[in-house]
Amino acid sequence: MTVYFTQDHEWISVEGDHATVGITDYAQAQLGDVVFVEVPPAGTEVAKGKEAAVVESVKAASDVYAPVSGTVTEANSELEGDPSLVNTSPEAAGWFFKLTLSNPGELEGLMDETAYKAFVAGL
Amino acid sequence: MTEGATEFSGIKAGGPSCFLEGILMSADDSIAEPLPLDAWHRARGARMVPFAGYAMPIQYDGIMAEHAWTREHAGLFDVSHMGQVHLSGEGLDEALEAILPADVKGLALGRMRYSMLLTDTGGIIDDLMLSRWPRGIYMVVNGAVKAGDIAHMRAKLPATIGLDHMTDRALLALQGPEAFAALKRITTGEHDLGVLIFMMGGRFQIDGVDAWISRSGYTGEDGFEISIPASEAERIADLLCAQPEVKPIGLGARDSLRLEAGLPLYGHDLSTDIDPVSAGLTFAISKRRREEGGFPGADLILKRLAEGAPTKCVGFSVEGRLPAREGAEIFTGETKVGSITSGGFAPTVGAPIAMGYVDAAHATPGTRLEIEVRGKRLAATVTPMPFVPHHYVRKGAA
Repeated sequence: MTVYFTQDHEWISVEGDHATVGITDYAQAQLGDVVFVEVPPAGTEVAKGKEAAVVESVKAASDVYAPVSGTVTEANSELEGDPSLVNTSPEAAGWFFKLTLSNPGELEGLMDETAYKAFVAGL
Repeated sequence: MTEGATEFSGIKAGGPSCFLEGILMSADDSIAEPLPLDAWHRARGARMVPFAGYAMPIQYDGIMAEHAWTREHAGLFDVSHMGQVHLSGEGLDEALEAILPADVKGLALGRMRYSMLLTDTGGIIDDLMLSRWPRGIYMVVNGAVKAGDIAHMRAKLPATIGLDHMTDRALLALQGPEAFAALKRITTGEHDLGVLIFMMGGRFQIDGVDAWISRSGYTGEDGFEISIPASEAERIADLLCAQPEVKPIGLGARDSLRLEAGLPLYGHDLSTDIDPVSAGLTFAISKRRREEGGFPGADLILKRLAEGAPTKCVGFSVEGRLPAREGAEIFTGETKVGSITSGGFAPTVGAPIAMGYVDAAHATPGTRLEIEVRGKRLAATVTPMPFVPHHYVRKGAA
């Protein structure tokens, strides 16, 4: 299992052709209290860099982009009842959706954890 | 993930948008000058955002926690971005009544009144507070539009009227049910702080610093607004936060608190396209001013007072968890009947609420309408405001 990060503060955990997507701890801290998450239902085609989900904090609505292209296989239904999981466990229980990758080559442009930490430190 | 226009950047917020631009300070944001408590906020871990041309704290611990703290204890808000103005001179009351719909002549020493600067067609240039000081009128206007307000007043008021923009003063707001106990402990003066009731102010000393303190605010709670010299702001803010009831609160909770209190925010719920009757602010036009007129836009405003406004500002309870925000359109069936001007998740209510303008035919409390958010229709009910009851202290302490 390999975890990659985007400059838009999404993480993607990849195992073969399957991956799980969420937002980073940095992102949730910037957003503040999350009150609603809109995740794409299974079967949704998502495209790298395009809107895939929406996260609403007390103060604003923010788009979450798909780190890579693929087909959503499962949305995290726990977020409907407890959107604050995004704050308390952004990189585990607060995942957004799972997908099947349509172009694994797209992973190449993403950051690993070390690169992402350096990126965040420079913000 | 990105984010853009937000309630707090002064940019009109639309749908989901870019978070990092709105919440993080970017290097090229042009900030005129730091406010007196800039370093103080940063030292307390505030996240600073651009607002009204200044860097201001949007949150410290988190909006939900700060909101709840203010409703239960006392929150300290830095509102030094707001414009503090002192007006004086012969014929001041008459001169102000020519640009405002307030009963200025009837404003007794230490009393405070809500009013508005109006265009000649009755549009709201800004909403503001007036207080009678011994030698004039003290006015507090919104930070984002203060330069325009002052230019407007200088142009409209006679040359005999002096206008002092008090840029050497800071303004703090202490809000919440424990605000009185916390402030009383550190305040001295000719009178006890308890003589103040809602919309009344006076001169006091806090740790030897001269302060104008009024019992007023923008959260719906009991509380005070405190005008002090900018040079003393850090010391007074430290002293206030040393009281066990008090924590510093950011702009984020200020916005959610005022929305629950049903209080409109200029630039969002109020603008030059909106008159006081449509906005539901008719309480700000006294009986005498209604009879006499003589304020800008009086023809239109008095006509709307008599006949009703074609659109009205109303509150909405929104079903579900998805917030409806500024810019969302309001429908009945296929017909658009209005739009949301402020909205979000209400921490004390525990559900999304909103404020917006609808055609008068749909403005009756209980009317069921739909608000469109990202292509989805949310069920919403027109609801009397405030959403959370006000707790103003209208009688003196026993």
